[in-house]
Amino acid sequence: MKKCVTVLDYGVGNLFSVSQAFTFCGAEVKLADDAAEIIRADYLVLPGVGAFGDAMTELNRRGFTEPIKRFAASGKPFLGICLGMQMMMESSDEFGRHAGLGLIQGHVQAIPPEDASGLRHKIPHIGWNPLWPGRESPEWKNTVLETVTPGDAVYFVHSFTANCTDSRHSLAETEYAGRRLTAVVKSGPLYGCQFHPEKSGPVGLKIILQFLQL
Amino acid sequence: MIGDPAAHAAKYYEHGADELIYMDIVASLYARDHLIEIIHKTARDVFIPITAGGGIRSIDDVRALLRAGADKIAVNTAAIKRPALISEIANRFGSQCMVLSIEAKRSGKNKWEALTDNGREHSHLDAVEWAKKASGLGAGEILLTSVDQEGTRRGFDVELIAAVSAAVSIPVIASGGMGATDHLIQAVREGKADAVAMADVLHYNRMTMEQIRAAAVAAGLTGRKL
Repeated sequence: MKKCVTVLDYGVGNLFSVSQAFTFCGAEVKLADDAAEIIRADYLVLPGVGAFGDAMTELNRRGFTEPIKRFAASGKPFLGICLGMQMMMESSDEFGRHAGLGLIQGHVQAIPPEDASGLRHKIPHIGWNPLWPGRESPEWKNTVLETVTPGDAVYFVHSFTANCTDSRHSLAETEYAGRRLTAVVKSGPLYGCQFHPEKSGPVGLKIILQFLQL
Repeated sequence: MIGDPAAHAAKYYEHGADELIYMDIVASLYARDHLIEIIHKTARDVFIPITAGGGIRSIDDVRALLRAGADKIAVNTAAIKRPALISEIANRFGSQCMVLSIEAKRSGKNKWEALTDNGREHSHLDAVEWAKKASGLGAGEILLTSVDQEGTRRGFDVELIAAVSAAVSIPVIASGGMGATDHLIQAVREGKADAVAMADVLHYNRMTMEQIRAAAVAAGLTGRKL
């Protein structure tokens, strides 16, 4: 039977690529713009581009926030992508302090414009960068990264980065300008990818396939 | 025309391209609908970032291309004519999808002019100053093409890349002149390009993606091995 994936449509960003990637991986994709569909979902995907505050305002305005939290507490698989991953955290500093969904403890901050030795580097962080295990997540077995090899590269576009309060929630990291940045967060069946699995070629598709096995 | 663009796109994807850029250099009204069709066809089974450019004049043009499956759009002429368009696109769809395309022509020692209409018309804008201004308006990336080097296969205009890359804090994609893997390495090492774009070297099979990636990996330029 086809896995049914509900992708949240809250008016920001382009859902075509996300939907297409899940369809390609054999799922049936439903775009949900109604709060009632959230709690009924089997797999819930929260995509997102743009600014944190605007996106949270939009989730709140549509009455999505509480249903998402209820879904997250139900033990069913959830995937946040890019800004969607950042919104899983408690708060963000992007254009002022904004509350997030609080599914994972931690905070979203700007990537510092200078590296540890004071050299300026490019912001946003755009491009392909390898995934490495988080300090306290040496094992990717039984996670969405099960079939990914450390060092496999995925596609990032972001200026802000999530810091987990409990580093065990940081399943994978990447390195940019001499800093470790959170790449995948995990808490039980709740996952968030800072990068775009739907734009990360075969490696990204592996992650989506594995998510559908949860 | 060298064949079906979507078929080329699928081939490059399979051989490990990091991104695809579609530049429609005719950009008539008819051509824009055609571009949307090509993007739509490509985005069905190509899962890497896709940039579309050529003849984009309005928010509606951007929306149509993004809906078709493009991730970013590249704007040159319309942004030079009305720089506020950059902010409008960045505010509406995010800076990450607003790529400023600059077609730069050398006008003197360490001086370049930004041309419009695919390098046919003068703007009298200094390319480096324009890059700075556009970056401040919300451009998320710069696709920097050397009109002088394009099609020569003699390498990129490294001085141009270095001048723009040092002037802005957003990523710069170098384009125009790729003829050998050394050119790519030079553009990144000396020019400080953040990415390198190439077209006919691949379209006419003068080099394979595998050769190019092997050289880039050997030089330590990319973390993406295949």
